Amino acid sequence: MTTIMTDVLVIGAGLAGERTAVEAAAHGLQVIILSLVPPRRSHSVAAQGGMQAALGNMAMSAGDSPDVHFEDTVKGADWGCDQDVARVFVNLAPVAVRQMAHWGVPWTRVVPGPRQLPDGQVVMESPEKEGLIAARNFGGTKKWRACFCSDGTGHSLLYTMDNVALELGVQVHDRAEALALIHDGERCYGAIVRDLRNGELRTYLARATVIATGGYGRIYGHSTNAVINEGTGMAIAVDTGVVPLGNMEAVQFHPTGVVPGDILVTEGCRGDGGYLLDKDGHRFMLDYEPEKKELASRDVVSRHMVHHTRRGCAVESPYGPHLWLDIRHLGREHIETYLRDVAEICRDFLGIDPVHELIPVRPTQHYSMGGVRTDIDGRAYGLAGLYAAGEAGCWDLHGFNRLGGNSVAETVVMGMVVGRSVAQDLAGSDFSYSDQAVRSARLQVEQRLRALASYGLEYVYDLRQKMSEVLMEKVGVFRNGGQLIEAVEELQELQERAEHLGLRSSGRGPDPEVSAALRLPGMIRLATTIAYGALQRTESRGSHHREDYPARDDVLWLRRTLATWPPGADLPRLSYEPVKITELPSGERGYGETRAAARKESIRG
Amino acid sequence: MADRTLTFSIFRYNPYDAEFGPRMQEYILEETPRMTLFTTLTRIREEMDPSLQFDFVCRSAVCGSCAVLVNGHPRLACRTRTKELPGKITLHPLPFFRLIGDLSVDTGSWFAEMAHRVESWVHTAKGFNPDGEEERMANEQALAVYELERCIECGCCVAACATAQMRDDFLGAAGLLRIARFWIDPRDQRTDADFFDVVGTDAGVFGCVGLLACQDYCPKNLPLMEQLAYLRRRIMLAGLRSAVGKRDRRPREGTAIR
Repeated sequence: MTTIMTDVLVIGAGLAGERTAVEAAAHGLQVIILSLVPPRRSHSVAAQGGMQAALGNMAMSAGDSPDVHFEDTVKGADWGCDQDVARVFVNLAPVAVRQMAHWGVPWTRVVPGPRQLPDGQVVMESPEKEGLIAARNFGGTKKWRACFCSDGTGHSLLYTMDNVALELGVQVHDRAEALALIHDGERCYGAIVRDLRNGELRTYLARATVIATGGYGRIYGHSTNAVINEGTGMAIAVDTGVVPLGNMEAVQFHPTGVVPGDILVTEGCRGDGGYLLDKDGHRFMLDYEPEKKELASRDVVSRHMVHHTRRGCAVESPYGPHLWLDIRHLGREHIETYLRDVAEICRDFLGIDPVHELIPVRPTQHYSMGGVRTDIDGRAYGLAGLYAAGEAGCWDLHGFNRLGGNSVAETVVMGMVVGRSVAQDLAGSDFSYSDQAVRSARLQVEQRLRALASYGLEYVYDLRQKMSEVLMEKVGVFRNGGQLIEAVEELQELQERAEHLGLRSSGRGPDPEVSAALRLPGMIRLATTIAYGALQRTESRGSHHREDYPARDDVLWLRRTLATWPPGADLPRLSYEPVKITELPSGERGYGETRAAARKESIRG
Repeated sequence: MADRTLTFSIFRYNPYDAEFGPRMQEYILEETPRMTLFTTLTRIREEMDPSLQFDFVCRSAVCGSCAVLVNGHPRLACRTRTKELPGKITLHPLPFFRLIGDLSVDTGSWFAEMAHRVESWVHTAKGFNPDGEEERMANEQALAVYELERCIECGCCVAACATAQMRDDFLGAAGLLRIARFWIDPRDQRTDADFFDVVGTDAGVFGCVGLLACQDYCPKNLPLMEQLAYLRRRIMLAGLRSAVGKRDRRPREGTAIR
């Protein structure tokens, strides 16, 4: 088995991984990034909407500041986030946006003069701000704060970041998958990696290992995530038995995944003035959220959509019920300039023209707030030398609901922070590793491969299908105790069946069935962690909504779930830690969910 | 639409499986509404043949992973609807790029190499001031740069290119576009002469024989032909200036931090 040594091993080449790598490389460290795909194909590329940073350059962002961004973030999180982390984040976000501009991102800029808002109001963009970075409106924020590049924010950010990585000599080993972390229970020394070009195993030894593999969206049946977002990094972290995952039950659904296909159409549609309509063409969000309307927080909008669907107000289709997104009134010019990707998605994948027709949408799994639990500097709990960044991590900026535009901003800001921590920790340290740890990680991976090749009648895609159905039906937008118990039991059964996976294909070389079969047990463990955490959390907070416990309970649950998976156990072990509240005591989110809950009670009554 | 039965004839070859050589394999599927090649290939892999290799990531035409030859034409598989195709559909991997297996080719390595050759980053001597306001840029300028940055590196332009079939060092339309993107960017301090060194050769702008299949097949409708003309004009002007002794070659401090 080939062995490769490096100072820093970053697993995942999306924005978070590349930003971490760039920071470490700028400190003179040798960095290798592993990626399932060529780096510019990472899921970050699909972020259409924007990057939140309080620059305050627009008429509608006058008076914005990191303080206002902080308040929006903490309220959005339903007070489930760590406020010291949110503070670091909001202060660094403007620096991060400007640095990306310095590196080449063509941010859309302020054009002075009158601007008509969707509601008819006219504001003046100031000549003094001409040519500074512009921003657009996004759900759940007080000010216009989402910086953007026309319709391809994620694309421009990722390409620019990869350019900088190239300039600094960061190596990317693409088509490579980390299958196990090398560790001795105290310290992480790298990973055992499968080359997806030829199926061979390699050992990477590193002084620092960073998990930046993004979210686990694809374990759900309907997800806006790219098909590679299967939570691989979180799975190998929890497999160590000592690294906890934080708040895995906090799963965000996006209100506007298209039907069929689950492709996300950006929050920008609603930010720019799009409406949600039901089967009768009625703009139902006015009933539920008279003030925020379609721009209430994502979890709130998603729940109203599911609730409205359950009341029989959705459109029936061969792909299940859906509602409509209406952007026709924004006009062709606006749609073709600022929402061009949305127009393309509608035409190319649905065969409809959004300038004249309605877009079929439904809430779809979108974001993993939970992940590898780290401290405020990105150091993972449980193992020295292990770090996490971006969606795969949980330093806990998002709590129980992430604001639109905060994820892109988080990748870049957290990458900066984690890269610095790595550089700081490695300064003056020597390369050391444990032979025993390397042998044991290799053995574990080789045994898994042998087991696949030698026996087993279960088929990976059958089990996978069942897992994603269980999550969609029982661990979705609305949850309740009875269904969660069923979900946990069914997932445990799948976990057991996954021990008997076999292959239908030859298993030779880069056989994709082998990749899928190696991943599935980890995916089921993540699914179980989500369902079990959701079952234990007997309150509703942010995106975690329990029908049997509809209220937030700060006395019992202003805490973060930590889940480890002891070797051989059939369930994760949960513990809890307090959430850090440093500035803003918990209160009303101001999204109207209290009123909505009261109304629901009256409907039931 | 009448329900059709579709026959997919797909190129198969796993270089690591010595039992079988390169061959075509047929799969027969019932057509469903709004079916795409993404749903098709996923169904084939999950229900019929789990060994089939192909690449999808975003499945929404933004990541550039899934280009294949569909009945001989390079296209993004994810946004090819079967409704647009005849009942018999042939799929081959993109030519030009190194084959990984079946429909999967190594576009990533080619584009990384291209990015190295054209030094695909903003060359500037200016440092970043974390405490300062951002440098201003006219919005039109920003939009113009963005327009040239929309390439998703799918490889359709290179797969369709006659020059690329003849010389494997050709930068291709994607490489030339990348040069143009930095050339018009006011933040990049490279001079005309610097750019001339990169593209003023037969592997660059002079290699193109003008068949323009790149533009025909670009799934993002990028202005590839226009950019080629733009580069040739700038190269010509740079050459003229050089000929009359006014070659613009300012000092290159800080242009590369390698």
